Amino acid sequence: MAQSGTLSGNGPLTPANGTKRMTIGELSLLILSVAMAFLSIFIAAKAHTAAYAFHMYVFAAASVASALAILNRYNKRGAALPAQFIDGKPNYNWGPVKFAGLIAMFWGIAGFLVGVIVASELAWPAVNLDLPWISFGRLRPLHTSAVIFAFGGNVLLATSFYVVQRTCRARIAGDLAPWFVVLGYNLFIVIAGTGYLLGITQGKEYAEPEWYADLWLTVVWVTYLLVFLVTLWKRTEPHIYVANWFTLAFIVTIAVLHLGNNATIPVSIFSPKSYILWSGVQDAMIQWWYGHNAVGFFLTAGFLAIMYYFVPKRAERPVYSYRLSIVHFWALIFMYIWAGPHHLHYTALPDWAQTLGMTFSIMLWMPSWGGMINGLMTLSGAWDKLRTDPVLRMLVVSVAFYGMSTFEGPLMSIKVVNSLSHYTDWTVGHVHSGALGWVGYVSFGALYCLIPWVYNRQLYSNKLVNWHFWVSTIGIVLYISAMWVSGILQGLMWRAYNAVGFLEYSFIETVEAMHIFYVIRMLGGLLFLTGALIMAWNLYKTVNSAEVAEAPEGKPALAPAE
Amino acid sequence: MSVWNKHAIFEKNTIVLIIGILIMISFGGLIEILPLFYLKSTIEKVEGMRPYTPLELAGRNIYVREGCYTCHSQMIRALRDEVERYGHYSLAAESMYDHPFQWGSKRNGPDLARLGGKYSDAWHRDHLNDPRAVVPGSIMPSYSWLAKTDLDGRFIADDMKVLAMEGVPYTQDMIAKASVDLKAQANADDTAGSADLAKRYPKAVARAASGKSVTEADALIAYLQMLGTLVDFKKFDAKANWR
Repeated sequence: MAQSGTLSGNGPLTPANGTKRMTIGELSLLILSVAMAFLSIFIAAKAHTAAYAFHMYVFAAASVASALAILNRYNKRGAALPAQFIDGKPNYNWGPVKFAGLIAMFWGIAGFLVGVIVASELAWPAVNLDLPWISFGRLRPLHTSAVIFAFGGNVLLATSFYVVQRTCRARIAGDLAPWFVVLGYNLFIVIAGTGYLLGITQGKEYAEPEWYADLWLTVVWVTYLLVFLVTLWKRTEPHIYVANWFTLAFIVTIAVLHLGNNATIPVSIFSPKSYILWSGVQDAMIQWWYGHNAVGFFLTAGFLAIMYYFVPKRAERPVYSYRLSIVHFWALIFMYIWAGPHHLHYTALPDWAQTLGMTFSIMLWMPSWGGMINGLMTLSGAWDKLRTDPVLRMLVVSVAFYGMSTFEGPLMSIKVVNSLSHYTDWTVGHVHSGALGWVGYVSFGALYCLIPWVYNRQLYSNKLVNWHFWVSTIGIVLYISAMWVSGILQGLMWRAYNAVGFLEYSFIETVEAMHIFYVIRMLGGLLFLTGALIMAWNLYKTVNSAEVAEAPEGKPALAPAE
Repeated sequence: MSVWNKHAIFEKNTIVLIIGILIMISFGGLIEILPLFYLKSTIEKVEGMRPYTPLELAGRNIYVREGCYTCHSQMIRALRDEVERYGHYSLAAESMYDHPFQWGSKRNGPDLARLGGKYSDAWHRDHLNDPRAVVPGSIMPSYSWLAKTDLDGRFIADDMKVLAMEGVPYTQDMIAKASVDLKAQANADDTAGSADLAKRYPKAVARAASGKSVTEADALIAYLQMLGTLVDFKKFDAKANWR
């Protein structure tokens, strides 16, 4: 964003005297990288723990690599920066999109694999191998972060950077900035993930990374917001497309949640440990305000943006209802933020807050299904394509899963239902019907579209997509039905009384009853992982095939709004 | 002109759109979170609550580090079967010094809110070392390395300073004596040290030394053994704390 001269210019930016110069962006990022390298080495030398020193060396290595990459890129590039338009067409920048899209696939497989390992640990505790680094308590956050933030996050970066350029008909803002966002974000992932294995955690679910990783993510996230905003400002279309409203809400709200739930004071800059400002019941409420809206804005709003672009594109039909999308958007973001307390029913949180959380969770059913209807009805007149296009089928089934889990969610938020379901596997099953069915499938569908589009390739095999679809669908069904049965069973066993009025089962009896379901769940996960491996092979063959003459996406089928 | 056309202002102006988003996401958070900082039931101080001793705090940090909260809750809900299984339902005040809270969300293992005093230190040592040796059928990982790893207590006073800044009532005296108290609690033979510790931290129990040095298992057990033991429910008046 430093080279403000390119923002409005149509042609390549050539310095007045025609000589090659470093842009302000290149120069300042170079200086910052060098400074960051020195700072990291300084902290590493005085670090309280070896694990923290290791992290500082990772930062130092990344800074040096960044400085070298900037210099190398500068040496190789011409005097002028890339043109904004070529022959009147926007000169789209697909580099960061390609990187985020492919690395999402990598993290997805890693995250699903760790999921299978933690599922095995619950079925057979010997799998923990008596090693600290892979014990369940450390691997479980690795699994959740890898699938949500590493896989999901990179899918969101790739799709949002693609969609914002296409729908604004403008090259993405900044020269180095979009690269800083995707690379910086993945550095955060590496720091967070290795930290869990080494025992560095804040102990807050889905917000486990410690203060220095959080600080780094804040810098990356603000840059993400700026790149996105400035690209919107550069748009040559009069209206901001609906997908971008959802992405903007996702970026802004996640920033607010991240800051609120990670307000910590570090013990020292030489220590990885920090203590969160909030305690007890206040911390619990803030945690689930964050936690549930990580679901609402990261895993829902962000991926709804994918639905609003990729489903109409793939079906070659306009979005079903423009008015419904307006209602969907505002109602969804207004209501989601209230839903957090349903994670805290019957706890020490005041009753009024629990009831408020439950009420809004039930109301949330409406905008959720409004959005689902808007997505599904977009297929009007194109339903026959489900037979011939397995990628579209994946996208449509993801929306159906979205409908299913957003019905189950409000149901589970009802206090009496929650008294049974809370603390059990039912919650885990619910999360996975959303995560595997909705987030997973919509991401797979988007990547199957995106990778051929940005690489100018034909998708290698539709047949393999079909295999992927069926193998993972069987996996999902095994997973969620095992968790429904085990969750409801365990909940009922906990509250069972015998004829003389004593609790019927000891806790360990309820654990032993879970074994078979944990084995089935592991098998379900294994099938889902297998599906993802098939997909990775398919994408690998796609990227390595011969280029096709014309970009497969062609012209957008959407009618302009004005 | 249809009212729907008015929506164009959000679609043509990024700043208006962002302001709209910020307003819409503010209500829920503000209304549900802010009152918790001044309502009686959420800030009431209950008799018996005290900050963690240095050894307990170090143990709690190990509990957090190992991700124990991924399988164990520390929040007994106000439901009949839970109260009968685990004890009195948890009060807000009982986690008032918990930065962060560890209520948890999943019970792969039982609730630990009132674990303190239910088993002996020796049982805990065996259980951490090999859970299936004492609870056949348990799916808990072995934490055998905790008893083999010396506790790194060098910076515990710094931790307490930060917590004091955040409102935990650690006194100057407590912070100054952090290191001494940590060692005293891990060695019940040091009767003078234990007595001195109990003056600063009522109900703090010194534990029998397990070896020459203080291990991570010692610290974790000191923490587990005090969970839920601070409030005397014979004296507790629930009506004073209606929630």
